Amino acid sequence: MSAIIFSVFQLLFLAILAPALSWFIKKMKASSQNRVGPSLVQVYSDLLKLFRKDMVISETASWVFHAMPFVLFASTFAAASMLPVLGVHSLFGFTGDVILFVYLLALGRFFLTLAALDTGTTFGGMGSSREMTLSSLAEPALLLAFFSLSFRAHTLSLEGIVLYFASGSPAQMLFFTSLAFGALLIVTIAESGRIPVDNPATHLELTMVHEATILEYSGRYLALIEWSHQIKQLVFLTLLSDLFFPWRISGSWDLLTFGLSLFLYLAKVFFLAFVIGWIEIHSAKLRLFRVPDLLAVAFVLAILSLLGQLIIGGGA
Amino acid sequence: MALFFYIQILFHVLGGIAGFLFEQHGEKANRVTHGLAVLAGVAGIVFSLGVLLTGKPWALELEGSFPVGALRLSADPFSAFFLLVISFLSLAASIFAIGYTREYQKRKNIALLGFFYNFFILAMLFVVTVQNAFYFLLFWELMSLASYFLVVFEHEKPEARSAGTLYLIMTHVGTAFITAAFLLLYIHAGSFSFDAFRAAAGTLSPALKNVVFLAVLIGFGTKAGVIPLHIWLPQAHPQAPSHVSALMSGVMIKTAVYGLLVFLFNFLGEMPGWWGHVILAVAILSTLLGILYALMENDLKRLLAFSSIENMGIILLGVGMALVFKTLHQPLYAGFALIAALYHVINHAIFKGLLFLGAGSVLSGTHTRNMEGLGGLIRKMPWTAVFFLVGAMAIAALPPLNGFVSEWLTFIALLLGCEGASPAMRFFSPLLAALLGLAGALAATCFVKAFGISFLGKPRSEHAAHAHEASGSMKTGMGVLAVSCFGLALAAPWIVPVLGKAAKSLSGADIPMTALTQKAFLMSPSGTSQFSPLLIVLVLSVFLLGTVILLRLTFGRKHVRIGPSWDCGMPGLEPRMQYTATGYSKPLRRIFSFLYQPTRRVELDDESHAMLRTAQRFESKITHHVDEWVYKPLSELVADLSRKAKQIQTGHIQLYLSYIFITLILLLLFFGGRS
Repeated sequence: MSAIIFSVFQLLFLAILAPALSWFIKKMKASSQNRVGPSLVQVYSDLLKLFRKDMVISETASWVFHAMPFVLFASTFAAASMLPVLGVHSLFGFTGDVILFVYLLALGRFFLTLAALDTGTTFGGMGSSREMTLSSLAEPALLLAFFSLSFRAHTLSLEGIVLYFASGSPAQMLFFTSLAFGALLIVTIAESGRIPVDNPATHLELTMVHEATILEYSGRYLALIEWSHQIKQLVFLTLLSDLFFPWRISGSWDLLTFGLSLFLYLAKVFFLAFVIGWIEIHSAKLRLFRVPDLLAVAFVLAILSLLGQLIIGGGA
Repeated sequence: MALFFYIQILFHVLGGIAGFLFEQHGEKANRVTHGLAVLAGVAGIVFSLGVLLTGKPWALELEGSFPVGALRLSADPFSAFFLLVISFLSLAASIFAIGYTREYQKRKNIALLGFFYNFFILAMLFVVTVQNAFYFLLFWELMSLASYFLVVFEHEKPEARSAGTLYLIMTHVGTAFITAAFLLLYIHAGSFSFDAFRAAAGTLSPALKNVVFLAVLIGFGTKAGVIPLHIWLPQAHPQAPSHVSALMSGVMIKTAVYGLLVFLFNFLGEMPGWWGHVILAVAILSTLLGILYALMENDLKRLLAFSSIENMGIILLGVGMALVFKTLHQPLYAGFALIAALYHVINHAIFKGLLFLGAGSVLSGTHTRNMEGLGGLIRKMPWTAVFFLVGAMAIAALPPLNGFVSEWLTFIALLLGCEGASPAMRFFSPLLAALLGLAGALAATCFVKAFGISFLGKPRSEHAAHAHEASGSMKTGMGVLAVSCFGLALAAPWIVPVLGKAAKSLSGADIPMTALTQKAFLMSPSGTSQFSPLLIVLVLSVFLLGTVILLRLTFGRKHVRIGPSWDCGMPGLEPRMQYTATGYSKPLRRIFSFLYQPTRRVELDDESHAMLRTAQRFESKITHHVDEWVYKPLSELVADLSRKAKQIQTGHIQLYLSYIFITLILLLLFFGGRS
């Protein structure tokens, strides 16, 4: 029972923490540009304000437009619920594996890009087309990185992989798993719509990808979409930290170990957010047709990771 | 139980003929011919489910006077599985047809359509039950011919005629290879009966086996539409009436999977390892190229036809892995891979059938298949839109629909290659799985485009603006399939054991079901993974409802103002300003330009006004390399040879008589000298 309460808690914790990570990256960017930047309260009050606001909805929109924010949020949340956050267990990790995790995210994206076409604007179509194109190329890299890790861990379950990397000593394979880390990092940047793949702060038609798909949304729906987007970003960061920095205390839940694992988790995800932010500050957005090259790099890294483990690790 | 099968056959025969009684009354003919087909479908479902669930095979032997052996029909669980797929889809398609063929009634002979339609289904039923090579080929040919006449049903259209001719040529090339394979086995076994083939399987020489394998691969591969033998499929399937397209893409090409599996698992005995690898290579090529070509299509039905090629590839991925494991003597893994393939057979039949019926509904509501002229149909055709969306989500392998279940099974089957197979397979199988993931993601893109451009946004033409919703029977036909898409996903842990029976009756190997399913979970046989469609649906719906309810409770009712879409301050968003289907796939066309090698031509009007030029014609094409490199030279070669042969054909009867005379003299000289 306490395990369930704990799992529910970590899921809610992840959802509530998610906007803070976005704030952190925003703040980093602001200070690099000699601006003050928003305060931590600002991101939460922005969300709250959006939730309270009235909505303006296009007369062209159909029920798909109304359903999308909920489907996106539910599918992202379901994917998040499969992920161990603080401990080695997750709420619904037993219901599926990494393949399901990837396809749950695809479900949300499917509706996101459909809703973009629903209002009959050029921007929507443009965002929809670009988002689907880029994610089509990111998905195989993500899957292959997972397969290469599961090859070592002998399980496809997210919990199982995390447990393997947390308990075993895969130090001898560190080089090859770090290649998979590279692949996942690139996919994380692409999936959370960060520079150099997409610019979250732009409303310029030439560069918009994600923003263009949600241009027609306002009020409560927009808040839900923004929040799911932040959750998705934190899900990927948590995934990276789970898989590649698995140092934590797991099992018992007395106050000390709990506090320590909470502290370690925060340290890890904020560090990863720092890495993402650092890349964002130090690189320019890639031209749309250069992004496939970046995603191809991710795919090749995943292949190398798999190949390396086969040759050096003997596949044992 | 067998009674229901006889009823099914009887009703299809009656349905085929009875229409002619009402030849002058289109509506009556329609009701009789398709109504009987519906009843036949119900009977077929009862019979095939009976065999599948009880596991009791059924057989019937009719001694004929032909010297080729008795006509033996039998339905073991494996055949019954295919019978079920055929009966179920023909049931839905026939219900749909009652409403759909109304628009043909004024200008076409419905009785004739019903005749070919019923006999087409009948031939497929016999193909998967008959146990004699001679009769198999007979019914195979009947199936091809009946479907040919359905393809050219609208023969006043030149594209239907040319597609029909191409189909006829390709299907006969395929049949020639299958015939060759059967004859080679006949020479070896001394009989046309399948039982004799099975008995003689152990004594085949390796060389003969390889020849038969290649012949079978080409023969059935042509029918299955695998690349590079696919060229007829995207031409022929869209030309037939939509309910027939559904059957052709949904089940006819699956009979090729049936034939292939029977050969590989029953007639050829022990097999060398490279067979599985060849099938995997063909499969992944079809999967990727199929979906990449589908992405570039703007014709709704052609897009679906290309996506059928992709799905045949996915089925063959499962078949290929089953062969790999069979040669490695891992019956559990082989059985699992086979189950994955069979599951995708039924899933693809259901959702592709649904999508073709949806496309048919769009076609009858708007009179166009070109997506560039559609848009906004979700308002005019709300039901069709919902059904098409379900089909699109299923084919894009999104949870919680049935496409995801069989894609998951195929993923796991591929990843099992990491466990026990050769070192090369250990590397290539995860890679194949990742490429399957790529195909899945591209399929999602393709069907966001297909649904989004056709059904969402604003109507792009008058036709789309004045679309009308499908009739009741059409909605019912689609609804049955849409519900099945959910049913086949939720009931997966209970369907897999049934498919296990079918797989067992094919391969003979026992598959311990406890390793594959436990309660509501599907399991990977190596214990690496588990997945429960039922729980995922629960989780998703709890989160979905939870979000809706919590939002409502916390922030109260939503306040909505309806306004025009954002037009950048320049009044008047035109439907033409929306993204087009061509534009939607442009980024992928550019990224994969090494494959597509796109060409485009822009013709301008008046050359004098350089500043005011407007494009008058825009043409954008992609290159289909197989057509360009293989079939074009081939058809040119045939044309060339015919031209050469023409030189001795002057049209003078005297000359022909002298040819005959000279031939006779030569023959007499040649054979006369011998005896």
